[in-house]
Amino acid sequence: MAQSLADRRPNGEMAAARLGTMRLLLGNRVALASAVLLIAFVAMGVFAPWLAPYDPNRQHPEAIRTAPAWQSDGNRDFVLGTDGLGRDLLSRIIYGARVSIALGVVVVLLTMVVGSGLGLLAGYFGGWLDAVLSRVADTLLAFPFLVLALAVMAATGPNLIALVLALAFKGWVDFYRVSRGDVLAARHADYVTAARGLGASTPHLLFREILPNVVPPIIVLAALRMATVIIAEASLSFLGIGVPPSIPAWGTMVADGRADIAAAWWIATFPGLAILVLVLSVNLLGEGLRDALDPRMSL
Amino acid sequence: MEPPLLEVAGLRTRFDTYRGPLVAADRVSFELRQGEALALVGESGCGKSVTATSIMRLVRRPGLISDGIVRFRGEDLLRLPEPAMRRLRGRRIAMIFQDPLSSLNPALTVGAQIIESLRVHGIARGREARERAVKLLTAVGIPGPRERLRSYPHQLSGGMRQRVAIAIAVSCSPELIIADEPTTALDVALQARIMELLASLREERRLSIILITHDLALIGQFCDRVAVMYAGRIVEYAAVEQLLARPLHPYTEGLLKCIPRLGRPDIPVTPIEGVVPDLVSPPPGCRFAPRCPYVMARCEQREPPDYRLPGGRLARCYLREEGSEGAPWPPEKRG
Repeated sequence: MAQSLADRRPNGEMAAARLGTMRLLLGNRVALASAVLLIAFVAMGVFAPWLAPYDPNRQHPEAIRTAPAWQSDGNRDFVLGTDGLGRDLLSRIIYGARVSIALGVVVVLLTMVVGSGLGLLAGYFGGWLDAVLSRVADTLLAFPFLVLALAVMAATGPNLIALVLALAFKGWVDFYRVSRGDVLAARHADYVTAARGLGASTPHLLFREILPNVVPPIIVLAALRMATVIIAEASLSFLGIGVPPSIPAWGTMVADGRADIAAAWWIATFPGLAILVLVLSVNLLGEGLRDALDPRMSL
Repeated sequence: MEPPLLEVAGLRTRFDTYRGPLVAADRVSFELRQGEALALVGESGCGKSVTATSIMRLVRRPGLISDGIVRFRGEDLLRLPEPAMRRLRGRRIAMIFQDPLSSLNPALTVGAQIIESLRVHGIARGREARERAVKLLTAVGIPGPRERLRSYPHQLSGGMRQRVAIAIAVSCSPELIIADEPTTALDVALQARIMELLASLREERRLSIILITHDLALIGQFCDRVAVMYAGRIVEYAAVEQLLARPLHPYTEGLLKCIPRLGRPDIPVTPIEGVVPDLVSPPPGCRFAPRCPYVMARCEQREPPDYRLPGGRLARCYLREEGSEGAPWPPEKRG
C-alpha cells in the first residue's frame, strides 16, 4: 500500500486522531460502563461521610439482623438491613469502598513503580543485576501468596502498613517481568540503535526511547493487578488477618455474615456483591485499556 | 589538496563467537572527500553494515573494533572518549537505516523524534524546534508538515517514514551521512524518489554520503566512488564510471553480471557460483578463490595485496599485479 489510511485523511481529523486512546476507550461500551461504575465506587468512598445514612460502626441494639427494606420484615431505616451487631449494612458498604480502593491504588502504585523500575534496569543493563533480581523474583513466585501474606501479617500484626507490605511483597514481580521482557526486546530494536546514532545518552535511551514503549503494557497490567489486589485484601480480611476490625471492610463483613448465612443471608451477600461488581468493573476497564492502548488500533 | 573528510585505514571489527573470532570487517581502508558520495557494495554479510557501525562506534557486543584508524576531519574517532563521540553522533555524522518502520520509535510522534534530536544537540528547543521540524519535513517533501508532526510512524506510508528518517538525519546539519540500504525496504518507484531526495539534499547542503547497498544499479548516478566488499575486505575501489565500464576484480565482474538489463535479453544474467565463505575459518588465500572463475594456484595459498592501478584504482587480485603502480596501498600493517 503506497499510501496509508492516514495519508488520505483530511487535515482536520488529525487533531481528533490524537485523542485516539481516550476515544477508543469511551467508544467501547463495556469499558465505558465499567468506567462509570468505577467512578461511582470512588465517589462512594470519597463522599462516604455524606452518603452513608449512619456511622458505620454505630450499633442499633433494637434492630439486630434487620432484613433489607423490600422484604416483609424489613425496615425502611435500614435499606440493606443490619448485621449481627445491628450496624447498618449500606453505611458499612459505602465506607468499605474506601479501604478496598485505597489499598488497591496504593499497593498497585507501589508495586508498579518498584517492579517496572527494577525491570527497566535489569532488562537494560543485564549482567549480575539481572541475574540477582530475576532469581529473587523466581523465588517469590514459588511461594503461594497466602502463605507469604500470612507470614508477613503474623510477624507484624494487623495494621494497614503491614497489610500494604504483605500485598506488595510479591506483586512487584509481575511488573518486573513484564517490563524486563519488553526492555530486553526494545534494547536491541533498531530505533534504539538509531537513537544512539543520533547521540543519545544512556538515561535518554532508557527513559525517552525505551520507557514509552513499555508504559502501555504496564498500565494494562496495573489495571488487572488492581482487581487481584482488591480480591487479595478481601481474602485476608475475610480470614481476619487483613484490615483491622475497627475499619469497615467488605472482606470482614463477609466473614461476619458467614455464620448467619442461613438465617440472615443479606449480611454476607451485599458486601460480597460489592466486591464482585468492583472487581468486575476494574477488570473490564483493564481489558478495554488493553485494546485502546494497542498502538495499531489508533489509526 | 584538502585532506579527506573521512579516512578509514586498517579497520578491523571482530565478533567473538562461541566458534571463535569472526572478523567481519578486515583491514578496511578508504577515503571520502568533502561532498563526495562513496558506495559500499557487496552481498549480504560481507561487512558493509559492520563497517558503517564501526565508523559510528555503534558496534554491539560481542562485536569489538580491534584495530585501525577512523579519522574524521583529522580526529581519530576510535580514540575519542565516549561523551565526545556521543556529541558527534547525529551532529556531525548521521545514519539512515534500511527499515524506517523499525528505526523510528513506534511510541513517539514524528515531531517528538525530530525535536528530540535537535534538543539532544542543543540546537533548538520549544517553539523554535517545532518550527525547524516543520521546515525539515517540508524539505524532505512531506505534505501537511504541521499536522504530520503529530503522526505516529505507523500512520505513515513506507516512503513517508523514510523521508522522516532522512529529516531526522539531516536535522542537525551533519557533514556526513551514512545511509545503510536506505531504499531496500521500498518499492522501485519510491526508491527512485528517495534517492532523488538524497541527491538534492546532498547538493544543497554539501553533504558527504556513504551509501551502503547491494544494488549496483543504484550507484551509477548517485555515487562518485565505489568500494566493493567481499567477506570482510574491500576487494576493489574505483571511480563509479570506471568500475561499471571495466571491473578489475572477478567478484565485481560477477556482481555486474547478476544485474538483469532491461531490453537486452541477449545479455544473460549469471549468478556467482558457490557461497560466501565462513568468516570464522576463512580460506587461507584469496577469499574469493573458491568461487573465482580465473582462480590460479597461488590464489589459494596467499592472499593477494591491494594493487594500486592507474586512475587511482585498487584491486585485490593477482590478475592485476602486472600494470600496478608502486607499492600496494595502503601499506599492510605487520603483526
